[in-house]
Amino acid sequence: MDWTALWLSLRLGVFAVILLLPIGIVVGRLLAYRHFRGKGIVEALVALPLILPPTVFGYYLLVAFGAASPVGRLWEAVFGGSLVFTFEGLLVASVIVNLPFAIQPMQRAFEAIPQDVREAAACSGMSPLRALRRIEIPLAWPGIATAMVLSFAHTLGEFGVVLMVGGAIPGETRTIAIAIYDRVQAFDGQAAAQMSAFLLALSLVTITLTIGLSRRVGRRLG
Amino acid sequence: MPDLKAHIRQSTPIPLDAALACAPGEVLALVGPSGSGKSTLLRVIAGLYKPDEGRVSVGDDVWLDTAAGIATPPHRREVGFVFQSYALFPHMTALANVESALDHRPAADRPGRARELLALVHLDGLEARRPAELSGGQQQRVAVARALARDPKVLLLDEPFSAVDRATRKRLYREIAELRRSLDVPVVLVTHDLDEAVMLADRVAVLHRGRILQTGTPEEITTRPASPDVARLVDLRNVFEATVVDREGGGIALDWAGHRLDVSPDERFPVGTRVSWVVPDGFVVLHRRDRPSRGERENPVSGVIDSLLVIGQTAHVTMRIEGSEDLPLHFTVPAHVARRNGVEPGIPATVSLLVEGIHLMPPADNN
Repeated sequence: MDWTALWLSLRLGVFAVILLLPIGIVVGRLLAYRHFRGKGIVEALVALPLILPPTVFGYYLLVAFGAASPVGRLWEAVFGGSLVFTFEGLLVASVIVNLPFAIQPMQRAFEAIPQDVREAAACSGMSPLRALRRIEIPLAWPGIATAMVLSFAHTLGEFGVVLMVGGAIPGETRTIAIAIYDRVQAFDGQAAAQMSAFLLALSLVTITLTIGLSRRVGRRLG
Repeated sequence: MPDLKAHIRQSTPIPLDAALACAPGEVLALVGPSGSGKSTLLRVIAGLYKPDEGRVSVGDDVWLDTAAGIATPPHRREVGFVFQSYALFPHMTALANVESALDHRPAADRPGRARELLALVHLDGLEARRPAELSGGQQQRVAVARALARDPKVLLLDEPFSAVDRATRKRLYREIAELRRSLDVPVVLVTHDLDEAVMLADRVAVLHRGRILQTGTPEEITTRPASPDVARLVDLRNVFEATVVDREGGGIALDWAGHRLDVSPDERFPVGTRVSWVVPDGFVVLHRRDRPSRGERENPVSGVIDSLLVIGQTAHVTMRIEGSEDLPLHFTVPAHVARRNGVEPGIPATVSLLVEGIHLMPPADNN
């Protein structure tokens, strides 16, 4: 068992979820309630990581993050380090790749809140922020939790993008998924089996939690 | 408490052209068919919909003035809004629903005040229930308590009785009628049900395609409609056209397909004008066959009974008028009167159209 890789994956997952939570709430809510020109394109862009091969996605991120690109230069100017082959770069890549897993369930959950319930919050004197905290987030919570669970699990399992953007630097960018691949390449069947079993168990728990939570959304609003 | 005043104009996407005013303690009903824009007017007052042009004020508070660029968001307008489907917060208890509209009061006072309001709508003992555990009528009362919790300057009710059964509705009518006596704010009620409006409102505004056609007391609206359109919208079916003629001995009369009808003086219509006129069901008196009855000399009109429909204790009768086969006159009589007088399709009959009930209007637009 590569404990360093597991620890790195868990850290990556937690940080990614922490960053994705506000993004998902803001963008998911926006897509759920607002009608604006180009909304279809925004929704398509959000869903893009679902269908694009991870290596292709990783390739573009690698190019975008590189020292030759504006994004890479800006990052270096602000944070003084590189985005490529670093934990930070991996984190940014994970957040982007997980946008659909975070935004879509939250969007559906916000959409499921009846319009008049949101209007009633305003007519009860709640400011938009207060209504978000007291009415919308509690009602959308199962969807928000689903989004968090899905993005966490997906971050742990991501392979293609991680390999392209991060490489496999131990303690910096070698996640558990990469470690499993390495162990197989090195004919270390036992370690690969252990780590695979761990990821399998984690995935099962995740999906069970997700299904349970979606059922709760139905019950609560039904 | 100050008056509510609103005027609203817009051509698209929902055409609106309405001016309304409502005094504290007064109930103004907005009545019209679905799609007439009555709910939209309510939403404009609450700030949930912004029209192209308009002004909404309560006393000195201006909530909307498109000309001055003022549009107060709904959470800063002191309105109580009861939604058609109640829109309770499903994750909160009845008590928490009411408390959620008490942010303007000190935190320590909120639970007590919420309990008071739930008691006011007869829900004491059900404070801990969630909306899903309450009946439709109970949910409606929580919605009313929550609307009152805000200490609103205006109470807005959007079809509040449409989602409950008949028995519950009747009970809620009584409770609302009692409640409004203790309220000193303008109340605007939106309904498609004219009977509901007549029962609960002090004044009724009739809406059609976003436009207020007439505002008046329930009696005015139902007996003296401003136009044939209003007459139709308030379900007055006896709308006909006639020409104004001289009445023997002064005043005016109507020449209606050869029948001469005496009417009350009306200076708007000189002799020779074409007018629409209406007579509500209640002012059509069937002549008894055995002995004369009240008002028999007033505007007697003969014809043949066309149809008879008995619903409960009431007989709905239509009659073809002599000399004009295409003008059916509608009236109702108690079912036993219809039976005793042998009212049946094909039987000749005579009715009187009471002078006090005949109301003249400008003729219908031919569009």
